[in-house]
Amino acid sequence: MASKPRIKVPSSAKAGEVIEVKTLITHVMETGFRKGSDGKLVPRNIINTFTATFGGKEVFKADLSSGVSANPYIAFKFKVPAAGDLELTWVDDKGEKVVEKVAIAVS
Amino acid sequence: MTQRLKLEVVDRRDFVVGAGAAAMLAILLGRSTAAFAQEKPPTFDEVFKKIVGDKKPEEGKVSIELPEIAENGNTVPYTVSVDSPMSDADYVKAIHVLAPGNPGPTIASFHFSPMSGEAKVSSRMRLAKTQDIVAVAELSNGSMLAGKRTVKVTIGGCGG
Repeated sequence: MASKPRIKVPSSAKAGEVIEVKTLITHVMETGFRKGSDGKLVPRNIINTFTATFGGKEVFKADLSSGVSANPYIAFKFKVPAAGDLELTWVDDKGEKVVEKVAIAVS
Repeated sequence: MTQRLKLEVVDRRDFVVGAGAAAMLAILLGRSTAAFAQEKPPTFDEVFKKIVGDKKPEEGKVSIELPEIAENGNTVPYTVSVDSPMSDADYVKAIHVLAPGNPGPTIASFHFSPMSGEAKVSSRMRLAKTQDIVAVAELSNGSMLAGKRTVKVTIGGCGG
């Protein structure tokens, strides 16, 4: 999970407006069902959890499984209460964690 | 760690024996993890039952947007949504997306809050073959909704 995730939010929103937050992160999402060239199963390594919090409160959370495509794309809705930072966290099976903050501007 | 500390004080012969034992242990551990990886994933019925319990979900209330024909099963875009006011008193707690025809039937579980504003999420899934996708929604009042949609898969995407 070396590369920076791509996150897209509207450049500004009105308070109370529902916006869409689009996220994309690079990850193999190895299923654990696939055999490598040595005939052995390749151990599972997927992003198992994605969370979005705003002001310390959980807005959205996703528990992912092997059925999610490589380089997971997740787009969810968020009702903007006020200007602030939306904090997005991805965690994979190896315990690697990527945390990104995205500022939500209110016009 | 304790083993390594001990090895520093024993003579060479003991070291060889100890190393052999460590190697055996590594092989045994390797075996047990391999066995674990081959453990069968839960079946669709088990997963479905775990989510709904003894409740009967109301059919046709979760909308699933999917292509009719997915040419590449490795990445099939989808959107699931439920009509809900998403207020503190009445909101969708979670939507579970299931693919009964996959080696592992669970795709993802999405958890919402009243701060979500709308119970709608888009993502991409892997599909092994043509099948009916099932989505189950849990509401804050404890009731369950479900939806179903068929998708044709031209090339399965589980890399078998």
